[in-house]
Amino acid sequence: MHPAFSVIFLTTLIGAAQGLFLALFTVQSYAAFKLLPQPDAHAFYGQGSLLALVLLVAGLGASFLHLGHPERAWRSAAMWRTSWLSREVIVLPAFMGVVFLYGLAHWMDWHPLLMALPGGLPVDPTAILGVAGTLLAFALFICTAMIYACLKFLGEWHSPLTVINYILLGGASGFTLAAAFAAVTAPELVSFLGGWAAIITLLGLVSRSASLYRNARLKPKSTLQTAIGIKHPRIVQNTQGFMGGSFNTREFFHGQPVAVLRGVKWFFIVAVFPVPLLLLLSGMQGGAAVLAVAFVVQYAGLLAERWFFFAQANHPQNLYYQSIA
Amino acid sequence: MTQLALVIDLNVCVGCQACVTSCKEWNTAGSAGPMVDQNPYGADPTGTFFNRVQTFEVGEFPNTETVHFPKSCLHCEDPPCVPVCPTGASYKRKEDGIVLVDYDKCIGCKYCSWACPYGARELDEQQQVMKKCTLCVDRIYDTSMTEDDRKPSCVKACPTSARLFGDIHDPQSAVSIAIRESGGYALMPEWGTHPANHYLPRRKTRIKIHEDELERADNPLKVDRQLPRPAMSEPTLDDVTTW
Repeated sequence: MHPAFSVIFLTTLIGAAQGLFLALFTVQSYAAFKLLPQPDAHAFYGQGSLLALVLLVAGLGASFLHLGHPERAWRSAAMWRTSWLSREVIVLPAFMGVVFLYGLAHWMDWHPLLMALPGGLPVDPTAILGVAGTLLAFALFICTAMIYACLKFLGEWHSPLTVINYILLGGASGFTLAAAFAAVTAPELVSFLGGWAAIITLLGLVSRSASLYRNARLKPKSTLQTAIGIKHPRIVQNTQGFMGGSFNTREFFHGQPVAVLRGVKWFFIVAVFPVPLLLLLSGMQGGAAVLAVAFVVQYAGLLAERWFFFAQANHPQNLYYQSIA
Repeated sequence: MTQLALVIDLNVCVGCQACVTSCKEWNTAGSAGPMVDQNPYGADPTGTFFNRVQTFEVGEFPNTETVHFPKSCLHCEDPPCVPVCPTGASYKRKEDGIVLVDYDKCIGCKYCSWACPYGARELDEQQQVMKKCTLCVDRIYDTSMTEDDRKPSCVKACPTSARLFGDIHDPQSAVSIAIRESGGYALMPEWGTHPANHYLPRRKTRIKIHEDELERADNPLKVDRQLPRPAMSEPTLDDVTTW
């Protein structure tokens, strides 16, 4: 497939935002059970939600660049019964709304007691919004990944690993960002968030390696024989029927030499996993700049990871477009 | 239920591209149009087409065969491009099974083109909506045309009658009979899309000649060996030579 930068930015930006929000509410949950010190609500939760919201808006903006008719984008909420893309279109704004309300509730110090848990723990609107946001964050990860994973003839994508990778890689970049953000706003949380960022990054390394291993051994179901229905081991295309380009030759081919593909793959393997891990460990003592670099490197790596994710997918329609003349 | 479809006979297609040009001509002027070309006279021309004829070489020299292969939307009975459409712009008509795009609803997200294993859908660069073969829906129901003209433009253009058009759910239709009796098959059956369009394979006419057809084994005059057996080099008409 031809990697579209609009979709690369959409999926990586909202992934980091979802991970960041999950990190914020993880801290709130731990603090509610007195497992972590309560950070400054304005600075940590308020500004943290704002940061997540900025990333989400940027991602949403990038997604509009993908459309031929962005002014009709509202129509895309219609077919949520059948289309994962439609479901994503519904869940993304819902998640943005909850993140906004969550940040606002913390910013306004809105903590009326709604009810109490059996242990006597108070439940306020931020807790309710946090749980709703957590569910929506995971729903959004699933919707985004299922857009690709549901296409059964794109074997590289049609796997549960696609969903797991989107959750873990988005989570890893979000927690790394949260660690860097905490170094500025709540230094006492840096080691907690940095530790989780490292753990999720390691889990991401396992699942992404598994999908790389799986995809390298994938045998395409469709062949030139099934594509034109002729039973002969040797079939070559003499001409695809035209000499200029077409949508079919642009949209489904990345057009890069194998060396570029391999280079991008090794760049993302290094930039998403070992380098941020080392930076996270060395920045755990509160080095905000080091942690910020960890996020920037990991995000750059994720851009490459997403580019490779698209480029690696081999569409069966390419069988029909092998030779110009 | 009706399922309109094309049946394409690879045995008679000569790869003349007449269906390609007549498709483009009809549809660029019809309700699916315009199908504008970009840079038509430049170095890298491109444009929207609903139908292409490709050429494949099967086998190894000297035993090769050239197969011309027309390719357009197959109007699948279970179209994977329809459920993925987020707006409902892509739909399959209940009344005749034609898969169509509502150009006023399409947002140009290209997702349906990813979901089609055949590469049947193209984004129109000018209108920025997804386009595909309509089976000339603006032609086949046009009562201002004579009955004979109410066929897709490509079918009308084919000089060798390699393209048949009809309802594949009607067992008595010409297309159903052709599929049934001439080995019609679907493309990429492994995906379960059940394409409505079918292809008829290349066919060779061969006759098997048995020995006893060259030389009558049951000639009554030879049964009891009363007459000498004629040599193979002699004329073969038993009645003439062995008397």
